[in-house]
Amino acid sequence: METTEQFRLDIRNWLIANCPESQRQPIIKDQQIWAGRRRTFYCEDAKLWFERMRDQGWTAPSWPTQYGGGGMSLEQAKILDQEMKALGCRPALYDIGLWMFGPALLEYGTEEQKQEHIPKIVRGEIRWAQGYSEPSAGSDLASLKTRAEDKGNHFIVNGTKMWTTQGDKSDWIFCLVRTDHQAPKQQGISFLLIDMATEGVDARPMELINGDHEFCQTFFDDVKVPKNNLVGNINEGWSVAKALLKYERNMMSIMSSIVEKEEGDIIAIAKRYVGLDSNGKLSNNGLRAQLSEHLMRAQGDALSALRLYQQHKSGVIDGGLGLTMKYLSTSEQQHKDELLLAIMGNRGLSWHDQTFSISEKKTVKNWAYNKAHTIAGGTSEIQLNIIANKALQLPV
Amino acid sequence: MSMVLNEEQRLLKDTIDDFLSTNAPTDQLRRLRDTHDDKGYSIILWNQLTELGVPSILMPKEFGGFGFGFKGLGAVMQSMGRNLTASPLFSTVVLGASAIELGGTASQQQALLPTIAAGQLTLALAIDETHHHQPINTAVRLKERNGQLTITGEKVFVLDGHSADKLVVVVRSSGNPGDTKGLSLVLVDSNAAGLQTNRIQYMDGRNAANIIFNNVRVKQDQVIGELGGAHTIVQHVLDRGVIAISAEMLGGCQEVFDRTLQYLREREQFGVKIGTFQALQHRAAQMFCQLERSKSAVLSALSSLDKNSPDISLQASLAKTLINDCYQHVSNEAIQMHGGMGITDELDIGLFLKRARVSLQILGDSDYHKNRYAQLMGY
Ligand SMILES: Cc1cc2nc3c(=O)[nH]c(=O)nc-3n(C[C@H](O)[C@H](O)[C@H](O)COP(=O)(O)OP(=O)(O)OC[C@H]3O[C@@H](n4cnc5c(N)ncnc54)[C@H](O)[C@@H]3O)c2cc1C
Repeated sequence: METTEQFRLDIRNWLIANCPESQRQPIIKDQQIWAGRRRTFYCEDAKLWFERMRDQGWTAPSWPTQYGGGGMSLEQAKILDQEMKALGCRPALYDIGLWMFGPALLEYGTEEQKQEHIPKIVRGEIRWAQGYSEPSAGSDLASLKTRAEDKGNHFIVNGTKMWTTQGDKSDWIFCLVRTDHQAPKQQGISFLLIDMATEGVDARPMELINGDHEFCQTFFDDVKVPKNNLVGNINEGWSVAKALLKYERNMMSIMSSIVEKEEGDIIAIAKRYVGLDSNGKLSNNGLRAQLSEHLMRAQGDALSALRLYQQHKSGVIDGGLGLTMKYLSTSEQQHKDELLLAIMGNRGLSWHDQTFSISEKKTVKNWAYNKAHTIAGGTSEIQLNIIANKALQLPV
Repeated sequence: MSMVLNEEQRLLKDTIDDFLSTNAPTDQLRRLRDTHDDKGYSIILWNQLTELGVPSILMPKEFGGFGFGFKGLGAVMQSMGRNLTASPLFSTVVLGASAIELGGTASQQQALLPTIAAGQLTLALAIDETHHHQPINTAVRLKERNGQLTITGEKVFVLDGHSADKLVVVVRSSGNPGDTKGLSLVLVDSNAAGLQTNRIQYMDGRNAANIIFNNVRVKQDQVIGELGGAHTIVQHVLDRGVIAISAEMLGGCQEVFDRTLQYLREREQFGVKIGTFQALQHRAAQMFCQLERSKSAVLSALSSLDKNSPDISLQASLAKTLINDCYQHVSNEAIQMHGGMGITDELDIGLFLKRARVSLQILGDSDYHKNRYAQLMGY
């Protein structure tokens, strides 16, 4: 067995040798490499970096090698992550399949389904979308109405999904559909995989308050879906859905930290926009205190993430810690966005105008977009419900 | 180093939890408070804790200690916070003994540390001179005339200063208030000539003293560390203190939170448990989140002391600020969620409220630590 230190060293050396300099700059949203049939690379370095990581299986470092994953232990994957962060390496691949759907399929899929889908996720060939929410089923997800009718060797799907992130750019969608209308609401739901190229699937983008069109309303009109695209048993999709939500919450905490890097160092920004006095302190005492408050809370959350990891590693898990992370990290991201705007004053109010720099505009767009963090993946209020009932055992 | 306790530390924690909840529960604090006990802590309890080895937890093995480290100490402090245990542990071991361990000569260490480990010597750190913690502003002078050192001036709110056998005094031997250079540490007997002690009892039953030094003579061998060069030692002692008191606060905060949860599960109004009200559930869940975040900071700070990491000061300020704000918030909510019963002295909730406020001030409130954090981060 290789020692941990040796392993770390090997990883570091590999990264140094294989990660091009340009891929060690803070990630910019437009330069993220998203999976899929329509995958593009904005430059040669990005392609090279993606391919090298893919060929190691390190796009999904802890997945089994038989499906193309890296086959690492939890601890080894953590080391890879730490070393990548330390060297500033960009994530090689972005995909909902990688973060949420893959782990759930590994848990619930048949061997055949894993063989079919997992390698393509690792290799970034297919981009996945999530089809859970509907116009009238948000927090109360189990009230969903999209239905799949059993037609012998296939299902026919009809209905509408809402908020499908990047639905128009995705290749496949995992959906919750109603397969039993008589059963109590959680028990009549199935988990179905649908190729978005199938006839009758139509994803129409909606504009958000940040000006982007990242979300779609996805319509299903007599869509024919093969029976073996069912994950888990018929009418038992809710347990798959819940397992997946757990990964989604993790992803939401990861996403907050990815966004963070885009804006660079908030301390440097504060120094630039607020200025320092003769003692080397930020000229505005109020903002200086707010900055400390934000940094301290964010550092506290980073330490919680580390503590959670240490708990898992040592097998001593004390209940509720994990449940706090989504609520805390997403609201802290919003505190940070508000603070950035305050720091930038009138320069933090841009939209299209040429007077403002690109990074100023980006900060404002992020501020607007990040309002979604406390809504997507289970709203903050729903998180608090879960904490109250699960972690604190308060009566319902 | 992990924030999760290892087997040995868990055992220590269980032992202390058991012992304190049986031998030093909150009514002991009430008794000390209501009888205006001379020492403000039970000497019997202190002897029992000594038998359990509590004062030796941090002490290096060569001085009769266990070398259990700060995570071990943190477990004890948390337990004391939960039980509102009155003891000289913090002043004597965390502050006083640390100064000697970190800055003392071999002979000072030999003379004092084993006695402290044996529970036979108590200390107090005399540092503050105003009602806000601001160590760098130390103005009380250590004067030298014809080779004779003397102290004149006043130290205020010296924790356990009314009962300690000896005082570790932070003084200025050169420079001006605000300078890091010129700070010195001296060890003074509490019955030294020219020393006048006025006891202060805080609202939570904790004790302190204002101490006037009137030409108190100091011999060379009472000086800890280099004359005028004690800043680094003081800094390190304070960081240990800040982190240890944060651990005590964490314990107290968790206890008052747990008691509140229990009340939410039991108390009925409108024919249902009040814990079913979402307005209360969400506030409870938010407290839990804040508490877990603070806990991560405190546990990490404790382990940073064990590792002797370069960012101890940063971690100390982080931990104290988060737990200050958390304990303040949780203790207020605890009162509110107990309704009228919360503001009676019959329940213990008020004891935690008061303990929280006193602890907030110990070795720096949140404003002090936010400012220090900003300074350390360079903005
Ligand atoms: C950026 C973003 C990306 C998304 N991506 C996807 C995706 O790819 N696929 C997908 O299927 N869905 C996606 N969603 C949808 C997301 O899961 C839902 O928006 C979310 O579950 C909330 O549902 P809703 O918007 O219908 O709000 P509602 O459920 O209508 O909530 C409205 C308000 O009521 C509150 N509320 C509701 N129920 C309770 C309760 N029991 N107690 C207290 N308060 C309550 C909520 O907290 C909220 O404040 C995305 C959403 C966003 C914002």
